[in-house]
Amino acid sequence: MPSLADLQGAFAAALRDPARRVPAAVVVGSEGPRARGFDVYRNNVAVSLTEALQAAFPVVQRLVGDDFFKAAAKAYVAQEPPRSPVLLLYGQGFGDFLDGFPPAQEVPYLSDVARLEWARLHAYHAADAPVLEISRLAEIPEAALGGLRFVLHPSLRLVRSRWPVVSIWAASSGQGNAEAVDMSVAQEAAVIRPALDVDLRLLPPGGYGFMEALMTGATLAEAAERASQQDTAFALAEHLQGLFQIGAVTALRQSGPDSSTRTDEP
Amino acid sequence: MAEKGKMVSAAMIAGAVALAVSATANVTPAAAQAKEKCYGISLAGQNDCAAGPGTTCAGTSTVDYQGNAWTLVPAGDCLKYGVEESTAEYELPGDRKGSLEAIDRDLPQA
Repeated sequence: MPSLADLQGAFAAALRDPARRVPAAVVVGSEGPRARGFDVYRNNVAVSLTEALQAAFPVVQRLVGDDFFKAAAKAYVAQEPPRSPVLLLYGQGFGDFLDGFPPAQEVPYLSDVARLEWARLHAYHAADAPVLEISRLAEIPEAALGGLRFVLHPSLRLVRSRWPVVSIWAASSGQGNAEAVDMSVAQEAAVIRPALDVDLRLLPPGGYGFMEALMTGATLAEAAERASQQDTAFALAEHLQGLFQIGAVTALRQSGPDSSTRTDEP
Repeated sequence: MAEKGKMVSAAMIAGAVALAVSATANVTPAAAQAKEKCYGISLAGQNDCAAGPGTTCAGTSTVDYQGNAWTLVPAGDCLKYGVEESTAEYELPGDRKGSLEAIDRDLPQA
């Protein structure tokens, strides 16, 4: 008598791979209504996951067409079964999958577009958080500014591409001019949802490195230093304004002897 | 903060914060221009598809999806964004070229 775990494992494996036999626990032999029932169930699983990807990546689908997308989705579904019962969370690795999907090499920016779409979806469903005004910076003692850490908005995600990923996305979602897309431009962007709508912002040079440093817990001095190393023309004031303007900062933390001191809860 | 070898001093940070906070923000024209061009541009999204999967009923299907009769050729808008010669630093492995024409290689083994 096989264990329950064995039964479930065989069932799940057969669900993903049509070449496998219907689990013996479901039906004896490979014919009959119960075997056909399993086929229907298996098909519905594949179709619903494919439809989930279509809903999550509409611009990717528009870029390559239905047939290509469904073929890619089918390969992804076979390779990456859901890890959560929440369908909303399915597709997180689709961009990375496209990087290694040989037919997608013909469209080298496709995976970046997928990661951008995923960032937008993440932002849409991320937690709400009140946004801090830049004027709160004036309350920080000057000596503490360098050691200041920023608590950033939970919806914030950064996207970096060697392609004009934002322009391609915009043109393909009906918000930009396809003819105006200059394919020689690399673009970096921030995705955030400070209020009700997802916002997509192109970042000026240095913005990505600066915000990435802050997101990973760097102090203001460390982030400014890192950005200046990458871009000698880095203008901190401009980037601070931009950071607050897009609603990316939700709290400020001063580091001191007790580095856990948290100030400026909005 | 003002250690040797650093490009950004504490005084520079304090100055930048003061500049950023000041209500009228007397940024230089160049910085203002960059701000206008970058942070200042918002591509507000359409929300029709923003909620993603699982937020509407994904219906059941009676059509068998197992058919393998697809060909993996990008057939959509991507043709509008062809990879130009000027971006040839993007190199494809092997002898491949960045053409977006129909292809018959790289297909999975049947």
